[in-house]
This record gives sequence, structure tokens and C-alpha cells, in this order.
Amino acid sequence: MPGGLAARKAFEMADIAARFRLDWPGFSLDVDLGLPGRGVTALFGHSGSGKTTLLRCVAGLERAQEGQLTVAGEVWQDAGRWVPTHKRPIGYVFQEASLFAHLSVLGNLRYGLKRNRDALSRPLDQAIELLGIGHLLDRKPDRLSGGERQRVAMARALAVGPRLLLMDEPLAALDLPRRREILPYLERLHRELALPVLYVTHAPDEVARLADHLVVLEAGRVVAAGPLAETLTRVDGPIRVGEEAGAILEGRVMARDARWHLAQIGIEGGDGAALWTRDEGLPVGAAVRLRVLARDVSLTTQPAPSSIQNVLPGEVEAFGEDEHPALQRVRLRVGRCRLLARLTRKAVADLHLAPGQPIWLQIKSAALVD
Amino acid sequence: MLTDADLQALWLTVRLAGAVTLTLLLIGTPIAWWLARTKRWWKGPIGAVVALPLVLPPSVLGFYGLLVMGPNGPVGQLTQALGLGPLPFTFGGLVIASVFYSMPFMVQPLQTAFEAIGERPLEVAATLRASPLDAFFTVAVPLAAPGFLTASILTFAHTVGEFGVVLMIGGNLPGVTRVASVQIYDHVEALEVAQAHRLAAVLLIFSFVVLLALYAGRPGGKKGV
Repeated sequence: MPGGLAARKAFEMADIAARFRLDWPGFSLDVDLGLPGRGVTALFGHSGSGKTTLLRCVAGLERAQEGQLTVAGEVWQDAGRWVPTHKRPIGYVFQEASLFAHLSVLGNLRYGLKRNRDALSRPLDQAIELLGIGHLLDRKPDRLSGGERQRVAMARALAVGPRLLLMDEPLAALDLPRRREILPYLERLHRELALPVLYVTHAPDEVARLADHLVVLEAGRVVAAGPLAETLTRVDGPIRVGEEAGAILEGRVMARDARWHLAQIGIEGGDGAALWTRDEGLPVGAAVRLRVLARDVSLTTQPAPSSIQNVLPGEVEAFGEDEHPALQRVRLRVGRCRLLARLTRKAVADLHLAPGQPIWLQIKSAALVD
Repeated sequence: MLTDADLQALWLTVRLAGAVTLTLLLIGTPIAWWLARTKRWWKGPIGAVVALPLVLPPSVLGFYGLLVMGPNGPVGQLTQALGLGPLPFTFGGLVIASVFYSMPFMVQPLQTAFEAIGERPLEVAATLRASPLDAFFTVAVPLAAPGFLTASILTFAHTVGEFGVVLMIGGNLPGVTRVASVQIYDHVEALEVAQAHRLAAVLLIFSFVVLLALYAGRPGGKKGV
């Protein structure tokens, strides 16, 4: 029974299985998704793409006419069952902090904690520590800055000890300095908690920095879904996060060259491959993400001295159409990492590129994601 | 000074207004909550019925009250069957009629306060494991506290100032239905101008203080409700 086996395998992989159909005047949502039960899944799309509605359906704040939702083996919604929001083990961060104005910061944090019988006091202490709000506990929400308020809202959502964290554009209402203030906390949250997160955003930089998994929505439909590195380097569709197609690589700072102000980043899964980038002051050992745009990757069959410092051995994997007839997309592999190049058709023909062929990647620039 | 009869009338007025305010807190709150949140078409008609006493002459309300609660009215039949006797010309009947008469003064400020809170805090409460009832008492009520204060003060004060409904339903029985406003009327009828003056002054000062507290209590008129 290959079909049954495949279905079962898909179910095991998909720790969150969500299918929603919803029809409103002027908008409809129709999604069928399997999402991993760990890491950050970005729900990415323009406004009106349905990403927030999808999140609200998962939270039970919106009830799709037709819906099926299973999280870690528990049915939250199907034809005969509906678990109301307050009985779902979630944490939810809204776009505006939405703190309770009549309670202090600590009162806000304790609100959910008091109502969650199986929570210990640990998630509260941990949340306070993680978001650095220990000095704000006695304040009323109207005495906080916008960034502080959003940090408290995140801590409040974590303090209930959720098994799934839902975040609806938590940075969208903030100005750039406030976003800069909060992003490191989100990264910490990502690193230190083994909590699956669904993260709604329309900001490419947040996807690049935080997401492990990417779901792209358009007009209430899923246009792409999968691991971030894979989804971004698909050659068939114009899955772009930001203005330019490109790949995201994970790595660690291996060395810093004080003379040339460069840092060497070891690429995770890259079979020892490393890239030099501008030194942004991060210590050796720090985990970073690199963004390599398709237009910054060129290919050569044998490396020669060049102004391009970063040359990696790799392999051609697949080809795809570009929007422009003169160009072609080429997906490349370095170890287990995938990159994307945008070449002219002529170059592809001149180099006799074919899938499986070993090739050298010249990477003109790789930027730390910030 | 005020006579014993005056004091009795004042005390009765306070009891009536207190009873009406408490009753309306219990009845008016769910009505206001429903009006603030429903999207059904009969929100309009119900809202209009609640607001009717604002424009209706008290005598009209009293007249219908008499019909319904009188010995031949449906409510009158019921109360008699229950052994309570007819309600007109009793304190209980007066409370019931006044509850209808003062309803908009409780419901409308509360409805405004609930509407101002919006959906979001209740959604937040739900994501923090609070049941709808729990969220109502721990989020909606505290956030609407200024609205509750305004509504209670207005209801109390409006009931104190009632006259027409009292005359129609309650009549003029000392210690039972003769409230301060009726007592003043009696004084004037009896040409006891000095006594009418004193009692009228008490009501005047009371009303002014209540309104002063209401308006001065709002910081800048911005935060409040």
C-alpha cells in the first residue's frame, strides 16, 4: 500500500497538520499544510495573503467553515470537534502588544500562569530572564516603551508554558530601532527554547534571520512550503523573500582577520566550506546566517586568481527558467547546502553545464543577515 | 430643619435609588454586553427599546406599568397567583417601574465602555487560558470600571429625580412610596414653602455634587471610558 505508507510518513513528519477552508466576502482561505513540530516556521506573504487569518484559525480565534487541525497528535478541530482557544496549549503574540492596561507587567505575566494548572513557575522566570524585563515588573503598561511592551507581550505568551507559540507580526508595529532591540531576543528564543513557532511576517529580513521553515501565501493559497534553504533555492517558481532571489546559509564564525577586517564563516553542512565576509564584530563561535544572492554567484570550471575571494567546490543540481529569456537559474550544491545562481543561457551553454557536474562557485559577496 | 416626614422621604428615596441601581447592575450589564458585541439585526430594536424612557413621558411609562402590574394585567395576575398581591402602590412595584425608567442610564454608558474595550483584550485573555466568563470578570469588567462608575452614578441620580412614574405607580404613601420629589410636591400643595425650600435644596446640592464628581473625576476627559 504505497499510498497509505506515504500518507503515514507525511503525517509523522507533519507534527502540525492544518487544513482550512474559509469563505468571506472578498477573501477566501484554502490551505492544506503539514508543518514541523520544531523550529520557526515563517508564514510569509503580503497583506491580504491570509497569513494572519491562517494563524488565527490555528489559535481558534477564527473558525473556518471547514477545518481540520491536529497538533502533536491532538485534534483541535475537525468536523465533529472544536477545542476553544482557551483550552489550546498555545501562546499568542499579537501585532500590537495588547497588554492588559489594568494590570502591572507582573500581573500581565501571571494572568495566564494562574490559569494553567500544569505550569510551574519556571516558564515565568525563564521568560522574564529571556526577554530581559526583570526591571519592569512593577510598571503599568502605559509606562513602557513600544519595544518593552512587545517584549512583555512575548514573555506573557511564554509564561503560560505553551506547546506551540504563535506570533502575528510582532515587530510590524515598531520602528526600526525598536525592531533592532527585539530581534536579538527572538533569536535567543529560537536558540534556547525547543518550542515550535509559527511566525507571521511580511518582512524578508525577519524570515532570513529567524525562519527554519517557510510557507509562502498568496491570496489565501499556499504557493510554496518547505525548509527555508530548499524553498528559497527552488528553481521552478519565483519564490523570493525580498527583492532578489538568493540562498540563506547557516554557519559559525571560525576566525577573525584583524588586518583585513574580515571574518571567516564556516558553513554548516558545507563539507568544511567557509566564506570570508566583512567582520561585523561577532566573536569566534557565534552562530550566524549568511545571505548569498543568486546574482552574486558565478561559476567556473577551474579557479584562477581573481578579485573574488570566496571560491567553493560544488556541484550543479538543477536548472530553472528565469523571468528574463536571456537568463537561467541554476541550483548548486556545496556539501548539503544549496545555493542559487543566475547565469546567462549563453554562459550555461559555453560551460557545458549539466546536472551532477562538479563546478567551482565564485561568490562575490555574502552578507551576514542583519 | 427637615421634619421626620422629610427625613423618611429622603431615606426612602435613597433606598429606592440604591435598589434600582443594584438591580440594574445585575440586569443592565448583560444587556449592555450583548448590545456592545452582537452583530444581529435585532440589536437596533432592542437598543431602541432600552432607550425609550429617554424620550417617553414618565406618565406614559407609569400608565403601562399600571396596566401590566395591576390586578388584571399579566404580571399582576402572576404576582397574585404567587400570593404577593398586586404590585402597584408598593415599594417593590416602584422598584420594578423605576428599573425600566432608569434602564438607559445604566445600559448606555456600559455599552459605550464595553465597545471601547474592543475584541482584542478578550482574545488575549482566551489565548492566556481564560474562559469567556473568566475573561469577562477579570478583563472586561476591570477595563470598563470607569463606565460602571458613571453608569451607577447616573442611574442612582436619575432615580432620585424621578417623579411622574412614582406618582403613577407608587402613589403617595408615607414610608412606602412617598419619595423626596413627591414630598416636595406635597409641601408646595400645602403651601409649606419653607419646608419645600429645604428639601429642594438638599436635592439640588445632591445633584450638583454628583455631577461635579462625575465630570471632575475624569482626568482631562481623555482616559476615562
